[in-house]
Amino acid sequence: MDTETMAAETRAKRPIRWHVGVFLAPAVLVYTAFMILPLFGTLQLSLFRNIEQSQVFVGLGNFRTLFGDPNWSVNFWNALRNNVWFFIIHMLVQNPIGILLAALLSSPRLRFTAFYRTAIFVPTILSFVIVGFAWKLILSPIWGVAPHLMDFVGLKSFFTPWLGKEQYALTALSLVSVWQFVGIPMMLIYAALLSIPDEVIEAAECDGVTGMAQFWKIKLPLILPSIGIISILTFVGNFNAFDLIYTAQGALAGPNYSTDILGTFLYRAFFGFQLQVGDPNMGAAIATIMFLIILAGVCVYLFLVQTRLRRYQF
Amino acid sequence: MKTKLLTALLLGTSILGTTGMALAEDVTLNIESWRGDDLTIWKDKLIPAFEAKNPGIKVVFAPSAPTEYDAALGAKLAAGSAGDLITCRPFDKSLELFKKGNLADISSLPGMDNFSPVAKAAWQTDDGKSSFCVPMASVIHGFIYNKDAFEKLGLKVPTTRDEFFAVLDKIKADGTYIPMAMGTKDLWEAATMGYQNIGPNYWKGEEGRQALIKGEQKLTDPQWVEPYKELAKWKPYLGDGFEAQTYPDSQNLFTLGRAAIYPAGSWEIGLFNTQAQFKMGAFPPPVQKAGDTCYISDHTDIGMGLNAASKHPEEAKKFLSWVASPDFATIYANALPGFFSLNSTPVKMEDPLAQEFVSWRGKCKSTIRSTYQILSRGTPNLENETWVESANVINGTDTPEAAAKKLQDGLDSWYKPAK
Repeated sequence: MDTETMAAETRAKRPIRWHVGVFLAPAVLVYTAFMILPLFGTLQLSLFRNIEQSQVFVGLGNFRTLFGDPNWSVNFWNALRNNVWFFIIHMLVQNPIGILLAALLSSPRLRFTAFYRTAIFVPTILSFVIVGFAWKLILSPIWGVAPHLMDFVGLKSFFTPWLGKEQYALTALSLVSVWQFVGIPMMLIYAALLSIPDEVIEAAECDGVTGMAQFWKIKLPLILPSIGIISILTFVGNFNAFDLIYTAQGALAGPNYSTDILGTFLYRAFFGFQLQVGDPNMGAAIATIMFLIILAGVCVYLFLVQTRLRRYQF
Repeated sequence: MKTKLLTALLLGTSILGTTGMALAEDVTLNIESWRGDDLTIWKDKLIPAFEAKNPGIKVVFAPSAPTEYDAALGAKLAAGSAGDLITCRPFDKSLELFKKGNLADISSLPGMDNFSPVAKAAWQTDDGKSSFCVPMASVIHGFIYNKDAFEKLGLKVPTTRDEFFAVLDKIKADGTYIPMAMGTKDLWEAATMGYQNIGPNYWKGEEGRQALIKGEQKLTDPQWVEPYKELAKWKPYLGDGFEAQTYPDSQNLFTLGRAAIYPAGSWEIGLFNTQAQFKMGAFPPPVQKAGDTCYISDHTDIGMGLNAASKHPEEAKKFLSWVASPDFATIYANALPGFFSLNSTPVKMEDPLAQEFVSWRGKCKSTIRSTYQILSRGTPNLENETWVESANVINGTDTPEAAAKKLQDGLDSWYKPAK
């Protein structure tokens, strides 16, 4: 047999690889129908405006209103600022605590690891409605346990109705959200720590790198890619956040819009609230901006951070 | 999921509707409503009363969830499957339906002259020429107080503002009760039970409200700023941590007997009657000097209109005329204490608290909430901003003047009153 017939046979053996298409089809169809089409629908909607009961193309008019009309722009910048603060708290509190917990959990001397892991992860699977409501009750100055608990340890004078004060409400809610989601960075980092090969650790020990130094010099660099992933997940999650604020503070995100984030701002614009009639076009414009913000953040991560992180991988 | 549920519901109602028709040769009228709570009242009291007098007409009350009502109704109207009778939200939401031609003009309906112009205003075109819903009920603002607490402390029901604050001072000095149960967390309490409650006495009810719409008065005028100044004075009388006190918190504080006075809307009566273990009384917002004319917020809340595409307009009109009659008003107002009939004929009610509220109509002048008609059409939305600013004023984060200025600036940015 010569090579030509062999090549012909292999060609005959795999004619059209139709199964690739078949296997991809469900995911592609579902994703297109439920993610891509609505995304473009939103982009399209943001370019129109309802004038005299009919949709009229206005180009970037809605965006000009959003940024140029103080009635919209003041609220928009306020929401964006709050959202950035919301994100900063998560990055400064949630992720370091998550890493710390993971480091503690992966320590071989700790007992009841499975129990702690589960207990810390449970809030993550709770519904926002339950979390929002439970914390509203806990922090309630009238029936809440927080004032009593603080009284116990002599800190009663530090208690204030946090959720009702402009200067504290957003931070308080961010911390509630941190409490709820700290399980996710913990789990991811925990998995990353477990996947570090024993040889690396042993080699470090042979070189005399143990304890804290081992964590900072060996483990932390090795889990940096996971920390990167967590940061981007936190970023996307925070800039899409809505539920917690809505359940705890209502759609007006009081007091005085101090807890208004992009999600609640979008909700009020799109669906309206009380006597405010919803404006889907302006809502879509806000949604588009949110999409662009998140897209920009993800791009920064993918092109600037992740390319550098590769150096640390095996 | 939601659409599936909706389709199922729609299918369900259509099948039920047709079987009803097939069984009897009668004409069946369907009522669209968001008041699921009232289902038993309609089924057991109102509909039988109507059917007894009008043989050959069957009425079905088919409510949907309050939060889904507007969307579901819109979809049904567009699809032509909506009921013959439509429960109307006040002002712009219904006006929009009328403009789209979904609601029929019923200005000449027999029985419409049973209502005062203020009562009809919520369901009229801006020029007041066409009416499209029969007013059904309104809610009245005032203060509900704990009678036992007042007796124990030897307090008299205040009629003037000075007396009102003297009473609050005494309750505070005694310390047993929180003087006033209100929080600012949910924002709307501050605006609805606060600003819109005491405000009409300052801006003279309809006179001020109309002048505001015409552009003759501004929210920065003294009569609109003064209520904010009074609200700012409420702060020391509210409970500890009122900034984080929610609406249910306030209700519970009062019904548990821990607070003496509750700035209220009459819709609370039903709930309070079942929950509070003490005697309750009510008083209207105190006036400045004894003998001044008092004004109350008697806010039109719910009405009923005719689907322009109804197949049985004559029968539906008959039903609406009945809704406009004193008969309907008596049954409705007694079944739902706190939702007062807007009928000009006085309705006899059993509930003493409800009687007290409605008696103010005799001695005070009625008006509706200032922000509802026309003024909340633009961005920023005046009603929402009033919620936020009222809470700010009570929290002390905005001065009354600053709050009023913000509201007026917001209104000026889009509202140009017809000169």
